Amino acid sequence: MDVLLDNLDLYGPGFLNTVELFLISAVGSLVLGTLLAMLRVAPVPMLRATGTAYVTLIRNTPLTLVFFFFTFAFPLLEIVTPASFGSAAAYYRNAALAALILYTAAFVCEVVRSGINTVPVGQAEASRALGLTFGQMLASVVLPQAGRAVVPPMMSTMIALLKNTTIAAGFSVFQAGSISLNLSDRGESQLIGLLWIALFFVVLVTPMTLLQRSLEKRWSIAR
Amino acid sequence: MRVRTLAVALLAGGLALTACGKEGSPTDPGTAPSQQVESNVTVDGSATFEKMKGRGKVIVGVKEDQPGLGYKDPTTGKFTGFDIEIAKLVAAKLGFNSDQIEYKAIASQGREQALINGDVDYYVGTYTINAKRKDQVGFAGPYFTAGQDLLVKKDDNSITGPDTLKGKKVCSVTGSTPIQKVKTDGLTEPENIVELQNYSQCVTQLEQGAVDAVTTDDAILKGYASQDPSKFKVVGKPFSNEPYGIGLPKDDKALRDKVNDILDAAIKGGDWQSVYDATLGKSGSTAEKPVLDRY
Repeated sequence: MDVLLDNLDLYGPGFLNTVELFLISAVGSLVLGTLLAMLRVAPVPMLRATGTAYVTLIRNTPLTLVFFFFTFAFPLLEIVTPASFGSAAAYYRNAALAALILYTAAFVCEVVRSGINTVPVGQAEASRALGLTFGQMLASVVLPQAGRAVVPPMMSTMIALLKNTTIAAGFSVFQAGSISLNLSDRGESQLIGLLWIALFFVVLVTPMTLLQRSLEKRWSIAR
Repeated sequence: MRVRTLAVALLAGGLALTACGKEGSPTDPGTAPSQQVESNVTVDGSATFEKMKGRGKVIVGVKEDQPGLGYKDPTTGKFTGFDIEIAKLVAAKLGFNSDQIEYKAIASQGREQALINGDVDYYVGTYTINAKRKDQVGFAGPYFTAGQDLLVKKDDNSITGPDTLKGKKVCSVTGSTPIQKVKTDGLTEPENIVELQNYSQCVTQLEQGAVDAVTTDDAILKGYASQDPSKFKVVGKPFSNEPYGIGLPKDDKALRDKVNDILDAAIKGGDWQSVYDATLGKSGSTAEKPVLDRY
């Protein structure tokens, strides 16, 4: 308990930043991932190829490497550099968000696409026959049904994202993953410090699990 | 057929990528004179020493990424540096020759747990002695006294000490003592603090101009400055006191006294000086002999 109370200045801001990183990158990756899934089922071959190439490239790259790229390599391209960004902290924070969003979007895309595949082709054909455009067909017929089918895997992807945010500790973004590193230099017991961090993660993941359960229940009848 | 073409292309790509690593290698870290190995050493009442004896070798925890102190050559796998030589000296006086030492690279945050679990017999790696840590582990020494300092670009004359850091971007390792000091003392604005995984990354950022200064113990910075004296310099105004100790299991007072005796003899005799001259001393700076703090 002492480890927690003596270091509230680490635990408090640490977990707040984790939640903030998670929320922003969750929204970002859900939007980008859904757009990518639309590309992957688009009637235009060029769009399909773009989506496939993105997923293949990003999903096969370790997240740490994506972080490395945005922290160390991207500034060398001199499009945006930490210097032109004014404050270093803001640059590294945005770099972390970009890495998390781009990485997770590839997984979200595949989850959404698997959902689209559960919707019978007849539905798409029927809506096209009714005169809906491709976009209208996806937005009002296919995606709503696909969304219902993919609640559990989507929530798993989001929980993975929550835990992945800790990688940002090594890339100048202070959050939950940085706490243990700070504790060791304060001479606190590492084991107890990590137990508290694990407990906080359980606390963060539990509401997501509950949300998943309630969504599944609410949407199960409508099918 | 297509698979084979792809495989060849990937292989060629891989080879091309691996070829573009950083050029040049660190300057010769030097080797200290080998130590006389004692025989028939006994340490009464030391469980750790009995364990070493039974095993026939000693396991030493060290750092692997600090040139001049504890550095593992990625190609040969050999450890070099001041800390390594101190570890060898202690092992020799405990009756183990250099073939009987197994080095285990352990990063800062794993040190206490490694000693508590008994994964290592003792730890030599820029380990600052402080009261909080003494609750968990024991310390022999100090065998060296370092101080927090700044590494800047050679042509940067705007940073002359800790008071001139305002508005400058400062880099160090995530959560390390030096960066916590910069934060608590308000040496620079919070948005200008950069925390990365290791000092090498900070030095790379300094080289690229993404940060203005790298801060940590002067001993570590001197190692980097001596690697590339044409690019970097150490400001040379230490603003903290970091006594490095040898980490030991907490309750093993017998071994702690023995290691303190060994260090005492080495500091009073010429061994400590010759080890320093062969490693850190190569950067051209001198060091004061530490004063032991027995407890």
